[in-house]
Amino acid sequence: MTTLQRKDVNPIAHLTPEDIEQIGIELDAIRDEIIESRGENDARYIRRVISVQRRLELGSRAVLLFSLFPPAWLVGTAGLSIAKILENMEIGHNIMHGQWDWMRDPKIHSTKWEWDNASPSEQWKHSHNELHHTYTNVVGRDNDLGYGIMRVDEDQPWTPAYLGQPLYNFINACFFEYGIAAYDLELGRNLKTKKRRRAPEFRAALKKTRNKIGRQVLKDYVIHPALSGPSFLHTIAANAVANLVRNLWTHSVIMCGHFPNGVETFERTSIEGETRGEWYVRQMLGSANISGSKLMHIMTGNLSHQIEHHLFPDLPSNRYAEIAPKVRALFEKYQLNYVTGPLPKQVASAWAKVFRLALPNRGPASVRPPRKQLDPSLPKVARWQRAEAKPANS
Amino acid sequence: MAVTKTLRSGAWRVVELITTPLVPADYLDAVAPLRNPSVLRAKVEAVRPETADSVTLTLRPGRGWREHVPGQYVRLGVDVDGVRLWRSYSVTSAPGGRGDRFTVTVNAVPGGKVSTHLVRHARAGMIVHLDVPAGEFTLPATRPGKVLFVTAGSGITPVMGMLRSHLDELADVVVVHSARTPEAAVFGPELRALVGAGRIRLVERHTATQGRIKAADLDELVPDRAERATWACGPNELLDDIEAHWAQTGGGLLHTERFRPTVVAADAAGGNVTFTRAGRTVPAGGGEPLLEAGEAAGVLMPSGCRMGICFKCVLPLREGAVRDLRDGQLTVAEPGDNIPIQTCINAAAGDCRIDL
Ligand SMILES: Cc1cc2nc3c(=O)[nH]c(=O)nc-3n(C[C@H](O)[C@H](O)[C@H](O)COP(=O)(O)OP(=O)(O)OC[C@H]3O[C@@H](n4cnc5c(N)ncnc54)[C@H](O)[C@@H]3O)c2cc1C
Ligand code: FES
Repeated sequence: MTTLQRKDVNPIAHLTPEDIEQIGIELDAIRDEIIESRGENDARYIRRVISVQRRLELGSRAVLLFSLFPPAWLVGTAGLSIAKILENMEIGHNIMHGQWDWMRDPKIHSTKWEWDNASPSEQWKHSHNELHHTYTNVVGRDNDLGYGIMRVDEDQPWTPAYLGQPLYNFINACFFEYGIAAYDLELGRNLKTKKRRRAPEFRAALKKTRNKIGRQVLKDYVIHPALSGPSFLHTIAANAVANLVRNLWTHSVIMCGHFPNGVETFERTSIEGETRGEWYVRQMLGSANISGSKLMHIMTGNLSHQIEHHLFPDLPSNRYAEIAPKVRALFEKYQLNYVTGPLPKQVASAWAKVFRLALPNRGPASVRPPRKQLDPSLPKVARWQRAEAKPANS
Repeated sequence: MAVTKTLRSGAWRVVELITTPLVPADYLDAVAPLRNPSVLRAKVEAVRPETADSVTLTLRPGRGWREHVPGQYVRLGVDVDGVRLWRSYSVTSAPGGRGDRFTVTVNAVPGGKVSTHLVRHARAGMIVHLDVPAGEFTLPATRPGKVLFVTAGSGITPVMGMLRSHLDELADVVVVHSARTPEAAVFGPELRALVGAGRIRLVERHTATQGRIKAADLDELVPDRAERATWACGPNELLDDIEAHWAQTGGGLLHTERFRPTVVAADAAGGNVTFTRAGRTVPAGGGEPLLEAGEAAGVLMPSGCRMGICFKCVLPLREGAVRDLRDGQLTVAEPGDNIPIQTCINAAAGDCRIDL
């Protein structure tokens, strides 16, 4: 295991394989408790958020019909920005994770939801749920880690191109929804060779994304502006600003999830044959929270509870706050580092890393601590399989 | 004509762009849930207790409704503890209700999720999801001369739908109705009133004092039963018994309506998995993820993390039972349910059909 800070201590060196499996068992118990108690209140919560979001969006768009008047422009733009953030974060992201699939409501289901974003849901689910959540913080496997354009770990060889990474990161933040669409398409990889460019799967995906972007652009920059008649240009500006605000906000929140100081990254080989307990521990060490008010949690789509989200990506987001103290207690019990902090601090910390790694490593490379190996005699089980709970006195 | 059509569809496309990626109806749902053209719903207009354990709901269906044939049932999607559960209920009213209103009568099954919820918590104003009427338990176009209805418990419901609609067209009707006590007989007063009016012959059987009814008892209770076309609805044991008896002794035409599927085995045995569109059936073990069973059979299965978190592997379970390998929880689907399941962490718990 290697860390961004070149720590000389392996953060899990003090854990035995039994400890790691025990952590898994205790986390499973926390998970079961929430699944057991999921119910009407949770259903009411997500329906209410959706209803508030839709009213806010319709209301803001109605106000923007008169965006020629500066107060209307301000109010409408602010409202639309908030509506778009809510739709992408607390609603879209979480629904597409299957957090609400248990309700069996096809209108609020991971397989049916299409979000207000450039990337088609289907493609986002692949790159986010499947790659990012499975290979969390594994350098070279997790595209969220630097989005394939940045250097995110001291162990990645430095080239002069990385000098520009603060700028790339800023541009990516401004156009984040298109950045997401691009790496959901794996543009970098797929545009490289003729064969890849011509692959029918890639072309089909590209067409889907183009269509989606086309509709999104028509909506925000043609139809709604046209509806507002004389306010045409003002509404275009309002929608552009709302999209920009949403992009900057989501980018910041997501950077806080895996970039700040104290978050670990992992080697490709370190996850081969990983057990359920080990998978849990990787999620614990590879994520960071944002502290703040209830409103803050909702506006980040509860990604402020990134640690809890990564442990249990399919539990309803409104319940993360409730389990956070238990998860934190588990970190303390096993002497692991629960990384959290207020938004400005976490954003600054993440940006500091982007700047630091733009430059080559300073000082001699330290010796990489040996990775904790599981006892090879332990039976390997698939990651979805639970370890048997041990009797208390063994 | 064609021009207006093109214009209209063009205009509609613009409206859809206003709301993309949602559809306009998604916004309408908040204020007019019955107007959605793609989702059929109904509003509960009245709730009337029938017995201590049953209620009759008057439902006003929304857009997309199609009138029922007496004896048919509808599927109701009811949110219980936040989970949309679908159950079938026979229509008990005659067609032609004001504004398409119709009734269903729900009997609370002890421990039953939907039935108890409806009997205890249904209130006027509640919205339920709905499917158009279906079912073959109906009278033929040429009405039979002599009819026998055998019902037990809530099995009276489809028969009540037929009696309320067709009694005028039926010359000779015998109803054998079994309930625990006279008070527990759903529609007891109405049936007795029909007897009073000389419209039917009614044989009431009260299991609390007289024990369960057997198919053989019917030979005595209704001596000319072999001449009658019979419609029977009640517990599976009674229907099994009647079917066997009819097959053995010969008799008139027999129609049965079952309220429950055959019970699924509770041990961790697997079953045959059918991928309906791929047209392939494979035996799968009770501990083997459906995803792997499908792949081994060469079915192109969608998949992702293969550990239950990404939901890329979700497919609709059309029918049958699967067991969540993680916690042993069973998901059971009846035809028409299409319950989305994650194939990577669910195994067959009996035969099942998957929509792929
Ligand atoms: C075609 C059709 C028409 C139907 N029409 C009606 C109707 O008009 N009125 C009506 O009340 N019901 C009717 N039913 C039954 C209804 O669909 C439900 O099965 C019933 O309400 C129980 O659902 P639940 O969610 O309450 O029970 P569940 O939570 O599904 O089951 C709880 C427990 O009760 C058992 N159980 C389920 N159903 C029954 C039953 N019928 N009798 C005894 N035990 C049972 C289950 O095995 C389980 O152990 C009909 C069913 C079908 C298939
Ligand atoms: S493949 Fe990921 S949930 Fe099944």
